[in-house]
Amino acid sequence: MTVQSPARVAFSPRRVGAMVLRHWYLLSSSWPRVLDLIYWPAVQMLMWGFLQQYVSQNSGFFMKAAGTFIGAVMLWDILFRGQLGFSISFLEEMYARNLGNLMMSPLRPAEFVAALMIQSVIRLSVGMVPVSLLAIAFFGFNLWALGLALAVFFLNLLLTSWAIGILVAGILLRYGLGAENMAWSFMFLFLPLTCVYYPVEVLPSWLQVVAWMLPPTYVFEGMRALIIEHVFRADLMMQAFAVNIVLFAGGVVGFLLFLKSARREGTLLQGGD
Amino acid sequence: MLAPATTPIAVDRLVKLYKAVTAVDGISFAIAAGSCTALLGANGAGKTTTISTIMGLVEPTAGIVTVLGAAMPRQRHRVLHRMNFESPYVNMPMRLTVRQNLNVFGMLYGCEDVAGRIRALADEFDMHSFLDRETGKLSSGQKTRVALAKSLINQPEILLLDEPTASLDPDTADWVRGRLERYRRERGATVLLASHNMSEVERLCDRVIMLKTGLIEDDDTPGRLIARYGRSNLEEVFLDIARGTGEARETAR
Repeated sequence: MTVQSPARVAFSPRRVGAMVLRHWYLLSSSWPRVLDLIYWPAVQMLMWGFLQQYVSQNSGFFMKAAGTFIGAVMLWDILFRGQLGFSISFLEEMYARNLGNLMMSPLRPAEFVAALMIQSVIRLSVGMVPVSLLAIAFFGFNLWALGLALAVFFLNLLLTSWAIGILVAGILLRYGLGAENMAWSFMFLFLPLTCVYYPVEVLPSWLQVVAWMLPPTYVFEGMRALIIEHVFRADLMMQAFAVNIVLFAGGVVGFLLFLKSARREGTLLQGGD
Repeated sequence: MLAPATTPIAVDRLVKLYKAVTAVDGISFAIAAGSCTALLGANGAGKTTTISTIMGLVEPTAGIVTVLGAAMPRQRHRVLHRMNFESPYVNMPMRLTVRQNLNVFGMLYGCEDVAGRIRALADEFDMHSFLDRETGKLSSGQKTRVALAKSLINQPEILLLDEPTASLDPDTADWVRGRLERYRRERGATVLLASHNMSEVERLCDRVIMLKTGLIEDDDTPGRLIARYGRSNLEEVFLDIARGTGEARETAR
């Protein structure tokens, strides 16, 4: 008998490993995919870095706040690329018409999602580590010097990116590649609302309420407090974490509802538009 | 209809509606262990919906589908490791080599010795020469062999096949049928097959379920169907049923 009895195994790390391996095979055999992971974060960082240099030469405030733009763009990229890493790994299954194989295999939804999370961290690391080194080389901005704060920022942003990634995966399961643009554009709604480049007070008061419902807002406020005032706002991070738990749970529920709907409508084998 | 606990596949009054369209309209059948059954019908007859429901990919609107005693799709994780499938609706990742793809699926299906299983399948399907080539760069015949190897990676008790020899030349198709026959014989596997190749069905299957507009139009062995319709082969029987010209059947009734 060459087959184990995984029927009772509700969560199998080996199946998660199989999925991570599947995407690692793909990534490691395709240099355009690797280049794509580094290209845009590097372009963004350079553009905002030079803009910040220019502005800080002409403004006392920005001299004091050196690093806020470049810090913001790099944290934004963690949020955006984290979700994209999750969603693109999922899309790769649809492009390859492999989703039916996976849905028919013993792979469970929780294992699939866990593998996509790990994959998003791998893709994020491939993109962001070189870019963070470039930021040191070009602008003397050391993201790693944020230390523990960076770890907390990273965790909160990653949780948000996963929550959105899970929800988008559910939408793709249900509506097929016709909903592909959601994977690329969903997170951009967060760009103005989470106050990546400006403080929350800039928003009209009614929109501030919306902004504080989104975990990254706390992170970007926390980042500015750290860089400008040299204060680590643990309170903001705790609040971000609490909102993230709600958002993540919402993403999972949404995914399961879309999956159920996909089974009802028979779209799991189609995957097209 | 209550299927015995040992029945590999039991479909009981299955109904599937897609909004206002009735894909399957209350069909029932049970498939015996170790048998090879063909699900035949014209396009839109309900074959793919029925097979997808058996695989747990589609939720029935009404009725019950059980596989090895597990209700699909609710209890699918109890049995998915004991079944497998091959379908033209899915591919394996093209950028991965054959060995990488089989390795991933071997792990997903819980094979203990994945490398050993890949070696055995490479022997069985004569794949050694392209085991380390990208799957997308293979010929149609080679891709079909890889897809079949994937469908047997876990030595399934139940094998669902949708057009297993589509787009293959006659020689390769014959070779594939031989391998399927041998697997079924040696493993005692239950096979459910959807195909438009009637000679393939006559060769492989001991039972044929004919579907038409979501209903079972007829259900018998290939030989008895041919005799009852007064035809010389299954293709003519298929045409009679699909075009509604089955006078022999009406007489037989």
